[in-house]
Amino acid sequence: MNPAGVTGDRILFGLCVFAGLLAVAVLCLVVYEVVSGAIPSISRFGVPFLVHSRWAANFGIFGAAAAIYGTIVSSLMALAIATPLGIAIGLCLSMMAPPPIRAVVGPLVEMLAAIPSVIVGFWGVVALAPFAAKHLEPFLHDVFGFIPLFGPPQTTGLSIFSAGLGLTLMVLPIIAALSRDLFLTVPEELKDGAAALGATRWEVIRGVVLPTTASGVAAATVLGLGRALGEAIAVTQLIGDGTGIHSSLFLPGTSLASQIATNYNYSESALEIPSLFYLALILLVIGLVTSVLAKTIAGRFDVQRSLAR
Amino acid sequence: MTALSDAIERDPSLPDPAAPLSPSGNLRRRGVVSRVVEVGAWVAALFAVALLVLVVYTVVRNGLAALSLNFLFTNPVGLGGGGIFNALLGSAVIVAFAALIAVPVGVLTGIYLTEFAGPRSGAARALKLVLDLLQGLPTIIVGVVVYGLLVATTHVETGFAASIALAIVMLPLIARSSQEVLLVVPGSLREAADALGVDRWRTVLGVILPVAIGGIATGAILSIARAAGETAPLLFVDSLYNPSQTQLDLFGHGVPNIPIYIWTTYDLPTANAITNVWGAALVLLTFILLANVAARVLLARTRAKMRG
Repeated sequence: MNPAGVTGDRILFGLCVFAGLLAVAVLCLVVYEVVSGAIPSISRFGVPFLVHSRWAANFGIFGAAAAIYGTIVSSLMALAIATPLGIAIGLCLSMMAPPPIRAVVGPLVEMLAAIPSVIVGFWGVVALAPFAAKHLEPFLHDVFGFIPLFGPPQTTGLSIFSAGLGLTLMVLPIIAALSRDLFLTVPEELKDGAAALGATRWEVIRGVVLPTTASGVAAATVLGLGRALGEAIAVTQLIGDGTGIHSSLFLPGTSLASQIATNYNYSESALEIPSLFYLALILLVIGLVTSVLAKTIAGRFDVQRSLAR
Repeated sequence: MTALSDAIERDPSLPDPAAPLSPSGNLRRRGVVSRVVEVGAWVAALFAVALLVLVVYTVVRNGLAALSLNFLFTNPVGLGGGGIFNALLGSAVIVAFAALIAVPVGVLTGIYLTEFAGPRSGAARALKLVLDLLQGLPTIIVGVVVYGLLVATTHVETGFAASIALAIVMLPLIARSSQEVLLVVPGSLREAADALGVDRWRTVLGVILPVAIGGIATGAILSIARAAGETAPLLFVDSLYNPSQTQLDLFGHGVPNIPIYIWTTYDLPTANAITNVWGAALVLLTFILLANVAARVLLARTRAKMRG
């Protein structure tokens, strides 16, 4: 190898290592910045911050419980709707639809994921929330009103329920596209074998397809959950900026991300910014844990890879 | 002959030849369950497509009412009046600068993962984990962090800070997609180059990258489409600016952009504001969906080329 080659190799290697280290540095910087920003609030409020529901900046009282509650409830609601739907879409696009339909519908479902959250939120405020307030919420209240979750509907439709619906729209394409990719990895021989033994299509799905991909589908769900928990914009637009914890889904609430989005530029007291950093820290921990969890339970499937496309 | 068939017909242990061929009992139930599941899956798929059509249709129908050359080429006036010229230009500049940072770093990271680090080496696995964690980061945290780093110190929101925030969002996407494409470049190309005694850096730049360039471009386009619509990272770093002025100076000024325009205009109490937000949403969505289609076409062509 000539000297120029050695130098060239070294330069390219150096650049690549530098780029990789930069990515690592960015992550470390994010963690450091969030933790150090939160320290005044952590030392003042400590762990009880997580269970106090009152957020009153002018009194210097800060608690994350209402935001944690809204985040978890809206995300779980989205997941409860999007997971079965997404798996069904994945099954349809991997096993049932004829190839021409797959080639059209598959990309369309993926494009649903490309719609920016600010447009989802705006569409939600103008179209989805009024629809929910006029039709969905009264219906659910009439039928399931005895469950405290389905209290009397409000007129604006801005509620944890609407935020959950908006999140459903954003999580559904993720779970659908990922589970379709997973179902396509099931070996044809396994499915044919089950069919040759007389299994119906549903029995092939339940006996072969779902068991072989269960860990991957679970990981896809966790990734969807992570996306829903961290979503700031559409949730802020739809959740109605409420305070406190209420049993009814149809009342306005708040979430970790939307609390940050709403209050950051208008923070009043000295401890508010650190408290918002504390919320960001909770969100950061949730984000990191869901990523690691998805990676761990995915096992041999690399679901995050498909998400990057 | 007649006697034989009579004998068969009369034997109760044999199935009735005149019985209908449709399944009964357990077999019938299993068939019905399977049908129900299939219909359910089809309904779910149609529902997803209907959702996309509904959202896109609403945006297009309402957005077309606002769309005109005047809308595209004048700056906002007053409360939600005028057009979105400065926000369009600003978004283009911010995203372009973010891509300028994120694409080289992301592609180099991808090259490191495939060409230098062994796929099972500790360094590669750690780096992949870091990229996955970055990708899973709620984007509003990126906004908070960049605010703390670049805005809190000077108290000035800048387009530069916005570009940095978007670059952080784009980096893991580009790195992972480049790595994927580089992984499927046929190993025989590397071996052939090695056999000819070509230096590693010449192999990478002259052989591997040209083959993979289509796939890398696909990843870059997708990440640009993603960044163009990101709002959360910009909330604290590029939302304070003069909304009626064109501002392309990334350093020292907030730069108007489309996501923040939508975010700050949609709940203004004027009818014009809503119409204009639909218009802005239509422009943004058109760009993003076209970019997605382009990326898909490019990827299909690259795959075909690699297969030979």
